[in-house]
Amino acid sequence: MRRPTAIALALALCLAVPAAALAKATCPRTSLGDVENEVMCLECGVPLDVATDSLQAHQERAFITREIAACRTKDQIKTALAAQYGDRVLATPKAKGIGLAAYLVPSAALILGALVITLAALRWRGRRRAGPSAPATTDPSESARLEADLGRYDL
Amino acid sequence: MISLKRLLAPVPLAAVAIVLALVALLAYGVAQNTPDRTIDDAVAAGKRIPAPKLDLPRLGSSNRLSLAALRGKVVVINFWASWCPPCRGESPILERWHRRIAARGGTVLGVDVLDLESDARAFVHRYGMTYPILHDGDGGSRKAFDVYQQPDTIVIDRRGRIASVVRGPVTDAYLQRVLPPLLSEPA
Repeated sequence: MRRPTAIALALALCLAVPAAALAKATCPRTSLGDVENEVMCLECGVPLDVATDSLQAHQERAFITREIAACRTKDQIKTALAAQYGDRVLATPKAKGIGLAAYLVPSAALILGALVITLAALRWRGRRRAGPSAPATTDPSESARLEADLGRYDL
Repeated sequence: MISLKRLLAPVPLAAVAIVLALVALLAYGVAQNTPDRTIDDAVAAGKRIPAPKLDLPRLGSSNRLSLAALRGKVVVINFWASWCPPCRGESPILERWHRRIAARGGTVLGVDVLDLESDARAFVHRYGMTYPILHDGDGGSRKAFDVYQQPDTIVIDRRGRIASVVRGPVTDAYLQRVLPPLLSEPA
């Protein structure tokens, strides 16, 4: 091999190796498992990670694997899946339109629950502070009857 | 006895509301997951009910095609997917019948559901399907036709009514029995 050719080859090698390493380093570390539990198997109606036997699930997995190989991020893969199968493929709905309800309703329920518990606790404390209630006033004839009844027992 | 005032206090009222909401949610869930057999029951009783609306983009195109646009024709709607093994077996049968009935005012209409467009296009190419194919990625059209599996075939008469249903792969004998009488009916 002639000297200039050898130098050019060495230079090309020096440039190619870091470029390949850089490409690998910039490729997001997305795994099948990362995406699987955030998307649905549409045919079986369960998250993809638990859909083992469905052929439609196999197709989704193959698609995700191809996207991972093409260096796509999890969000990019989910967007690509939604473009193919519609938004129903996403296990977590988008935070807009009717999908917003999925985030607002549990939060509202949590706040309401906390409010009810606080209210109940405050009432309970208030009752304890007030002490035992005053004995109820009774009719004198009723009291006399009660005394007579008690007198019949040897206490 | 519990007084009405005590019963209407915020805490019991909230508890009742929560219980009612949970019961309603449970009832909704059960109703959603119970298969609807309206179409099958009507067909079994010999009734022809109007076909639900179907309006979807054609596979590999943004152009749409509706069932309404095919009014006056006998339409064999076939729900399929490229990942469904029985769909491979029935595709040649459907293609043969499409060619046979096209001149007599009939057509097969494929509805590709829960499928990747690229896989579906490869399937169409591989099996030489020439009839119109619609693409329904999320399978939303299945519910209106009570489709819970692939393949399913629903035959529509010239007046846009459901005349026959096959749950599972369609056979040559079935199409031979069902289509000729329907094609003879006036529009």
